[in-house]
Amino acid sequence: MTISLEPRPAIPTLGREPATPAPVDQAVSGPSAGEQHLRPAVAALLVDHVTKRFVVGRKRKPVDAVDDVSLRIERGEIYGILGANGSGKSTLIRLVSTLLTIDSGRVEVFGHDIEREEMAVKRLINRVSVDAAFFKKLSPWENLVYAARLYGLDAGHAHADAVRILTRLGIGRSRMGRPVEQMSRGMQQKVAIARALLTSPTLLLLDEPTTGLDPRSKLDVQSFIEELRHSHDATIVLTTHDLDEAARLCDRLAILNEGRIVTEGTPAALIEQVAREHGQPPTLESVFMTYTGRSLDEDVEENASGEDDD
Amino acid sequence: MTVVARELKASFAFVERNFNLTKRYWGWELAWLTYGVAGALSITLIGADQGDRRLLLTLMIGAIFWNYLGILFEILADTIQWERWEGTLEYTMMAPVRRYTQLLGSAVYAVVYGLVYTTFILIVLVLFFGIDLSRADLGTTAVFMLIGSLSFVGIGMMAAILPLIYVERGAQMTFVLQSLLLLVSGVYYSIDILPGWMQLISRFSPATYILDGVRRGLIDGMPVTSLWHDVWPLLVMALVLIPLGVWAFGRAERYAKRTGKLKRVG
Ligand SMILES: Nc1ncnc2c1ncn2[C@@H]1O[C@H](COP(=O)(O)OP(=O)(O)O)[C@@H](O)[C@H]1O
Ligand SMILES: [Mg+2]
Repeated sequence: MTISLEPRPAIPTLGREPATPAPVDQAVSGPSAGEQHLRPAVAALLVDHVTKRFVVGRKRKPVDAVDDVSLRIERGEIYGILGANGSGKSTLIRLVSTLLTIDSGRVEVFGHDIEREEMAVKRLINRVSVDAAFFKKLSPWENLVYAARLYGLDAGHAHADAVRILTRLGIGRSRMGRPVEQMSRGMQQKVAIARALLTSPTLLLLDEPTTGLDPRSKLDVQSFIEELRHSHDATIVLTTHDLDEAARLCDRLAILNEGRIVTEGTPAALIEQVAREHGQPPTLESVFMTYTGRSLDEDVEENASGEDDD
Repeated sequence: MTVVARELKASFAFVERNFNLTKRYWGWELAWLTYGVAGALSITLIGADQGDRRLLLTLMIGAIFWNYLGILFEILADTIQWERWEGTLEYTMMAPVRRYTQLLGSAVYAVVYGLVYTTFILIVLVLFFGIDLSRADLGTTAVFMLIGSLSFVGIGMMAAILPLIYVERGAQMTFVLQSLLLLVSGVYYSIDILPGWMQLISRFSPATYILDGVRRGLIDGMPVTSLWHDVWPLLVMALVLIPLGVWAFGRAERYAKRTGKLKRVG
């Protein structure tokens, strides 16, 4: 089954720079030789030596949540960021989402600098976080219309899209009018995904979208993400601490440990390399162990306040 | 779509959302309305007790107006506080919407809601005390409420900053601001009785001019044209306070993004 969303609108070229992304096929294969007149493909996401430090109170020592991270994600990729709790995944996603300022370094989304062309970047991205945050007393529909209007979409058009996406995710039309608080976590997360897709993000940031979901909802969400690759011209950044999910969904993976990227590659290449060079069993589990020295379930820091951080 | 049309459309998102929230929490609205009526009524009864019609009207206007101010503040400050509580703040802040658009949407809703709410209280009190408003100039009252709202939107934007910067107690801190305005603006008494230095401060509170204008309109039936001395300070303050509010909000947003204060917890 495939979802049939409207054909994706052309990516707006706002701001000063004529940073129109190259067509998909060209971006994936790169400009062929002899076609020098074509500009090189613009990365969907470029993170260049980015650092973010948090200072919490005078007594505690500052945390380098993201420490000199560089990434280049091509258009159409599903790129996984794998890391234990507290490794800096959400911070990295928030930096790209303009929710945090960058201490040093540079981020570009389809060639638009995130600080100088903030509005242009905001139109291109959307984010789903681990906690599906809604106005809980409002219905999914009211929440979605609110989001749609913020992105300058027309309510009628948004309605048709929302119904399509939610139906595909197994949420019937009848549920769209009742308060979100009456829905299960799994359903809420699906509505959150619908909210993000409604705005047709060219870069979709999924921050642990399946963490804490029941197995059934988890599978639903995963297969939906897989479908998006085909039905939707979206580039997806997915953070997770689920190895199976990473192996199943991601074209390429980076492993984040204490704010630093310790390795990057396709799941197959990483597994093959660890097996060959370190004589480890050919699993992502051993890749993770090899590069971080710990298993994925261990927390990086014991959070004294017991705060359930996303 | 032009920028203006786009931003206006986006600002409607906030009006519509707040309206939907009001609808869902209608039980609370009734409770607040009861609270507002009872509060204004008990203060106005002091005037009835003294058998002084002018005092009664002065107190009634003070109480009703104070309610209105509280509503503007609360809704604007809630722009941040409520969203942080729901966890939607990050989603709103990452949307491609200019901050003044968001504040404009919240302000429009706050003014409309506040006017409806206080008009209701006014009607209840007028009926309760059998007040004769045939000599009143309602036009003057309306003009002062509207022009005065502009300044308060500016101050409200600055109040909205507090919950952005102080994650835990920010919303409560807006009460401090409110109570200081209450003290110096002659809400329940004439500012003439204040010590000189306080009278000086009261010159800088928009509430001083709004209350004076509304009272002269409602009690003395003065037309707005003869109250220019109350109108121009309000216009000047609006012109200063709204841009200042938007600017300050932007600074606070930047600070929150640098220190990681937009998330739901710490
Ligand atoms: N807003 C914030 N304020 C202070 N510290 C933060 C904030 N967000 C994250 N951190 C700290 O940064 C580190 C990385 O956190 P995070 O990015 O949430 O990791 P992950 O998403 O991988 O679990 C942690 O030590 C966390 O406590
Ligand atoms: Mg996280």
